[in-house]
Amino acid sequence: MSVVFEKTKGLTEKEFHYCPGCTHGIIHRLVAEVLEEMDLLGDAIGVAPVGCAVLAYDYFNCDMHEAAHGRAPAVATGVKRALPEKTVFAYQGDGDLASIGTAEIVHAAHRGENITVIFVNNAIYGMTGGQMAPTTMIGQRTTTSPFGRNAEQTGAPIRIAEMLATIEGASFIERTSVHNPVHIRKAKKAIRTAFECQQNRKGFSMVEVLSTCPTNWGMSPLASLGWVAENMIPYYPLGNFRNPDKEA
Amino acid sequence: MAKARGNVFFDNDRCKGCELCTTVCPVDIITIDRNTINKKGYHPAHVTQPEKCIACGNCALVCPDLVITIERVA
Ligand SMILES: Cc1ncc(C[n+]2csc(CCOP(=O)(O)OP(=O)(O)O)c2C)c(N)n1
Ligand code: SF4
Ligand code: SF4
Ligand code: SF4
Ligand SMILES: [Mg+2]
Repeated sequence: MSVVFEKTKGLTEKEFHYCPGCTHGIIHRLVAEVLEEMDLLGDAIGVAPVGCAVLAYDYFNCDMHEAAHGRAPAVATGVKRALPEKTVFAYQGDGDLASIGTAEIVHAAHRGENITVIFVNNAIYGMTGGQMAPTTMIGQRTTTSPFGRNAEQTGAPIRIAEMLATIEGASFIERTSVHNPVHIRKAKKAIRTAFECQQNRKGFSMVEVLSTCPTNWGMSPLASLGWVAENMIPYYPLGNFRNPDKEA
Repeated sequence: MAKARGNVFFDNDRCKGCELCTTVCPVDIITIDRNTINKKGYHPAHVTQPEKCIACGNCALVCPDLVITIERVA
């Protein structure tokens, strides 16, 4: 008899507070599994965001730090520079990273900080009740775009992975999704590669993960997975945008 | 090659009844148990014909709440 799947030691026993079917839980698990498999739990320091993942410090079974809204890459920079032998990651939502924290993420990449960022893009501000984010899709109804997002008024959704990939200091940039088992496996592989990049001192790494917010999207968890596949992936293409091992 | 056989366990009180595990099972044995309410107040997922599990891991992979453990028997 062999164990095919059991809860990773990278997570504490604490049960997630996330809404039913919210894929933040899947993404937490993937990060924790990678840290366990790379034997980094004793060495990793994570930085939690402001957003639904604000309590991530209760869930990851490693040292954790909280940051002000959008400032996780700046806090992670300080931690990494003070303790360069530690593995440092930030876990951020799209409101956190792509709105209030745009300067911090751009300049962390620009400086080539040797940190890893997990960017959870669910196209909305989940925690505060479903306001529009810069990543909200055209036509998507939110509490602050009740008739659907309109590009004339608020621009078109921002593609963070593509934008950061133009920055020389960015070493590994990939966009993934967790809407089905195949993509969950691929997302885990990308997260592992990002942490390996940091271990090999290659500089800034980020994995964007397309995620759901069934509660504020106003859909069932299953319908939300379908919505990622049908509406988000065509606009936010999955794939690698920068990889230190593939450069000429 | 003989098909793998699995034992799948659900930690019922962790389950939030989200149904994500119910559509990924290749042998279609996971459903929501409408006759049960767990500690959290949800109808939890359960396995209807456990002997059919092939230990593929899909259900545990999509579960956001670490409800499921899987063993391979043969
Ligand atoms: C300085 C500051 N401004 C605004 C807020 C309110 N606020 C809390 S979370 C949040 C957005 C969260 O959205 P996101 O980062 O996408 O995370 P999600 O909840 O969707 O995972 C905002 C605007 C705050 N806490 N601090
Ligand atoms: S509000 Fe949205 S992002 Fe936050 S836990 Fe609920 S489903 Fe997840
Ligand atoms: S491990 Fe695979 S076969 Fe077994 S219950 Fe889960 S999804 Fe079904
Ligand atoms: S995916 Fe997990 S939480 Fe959701 S119904 Fe299945 S076992 Fe329960
Ligand atoms: Mg969000």
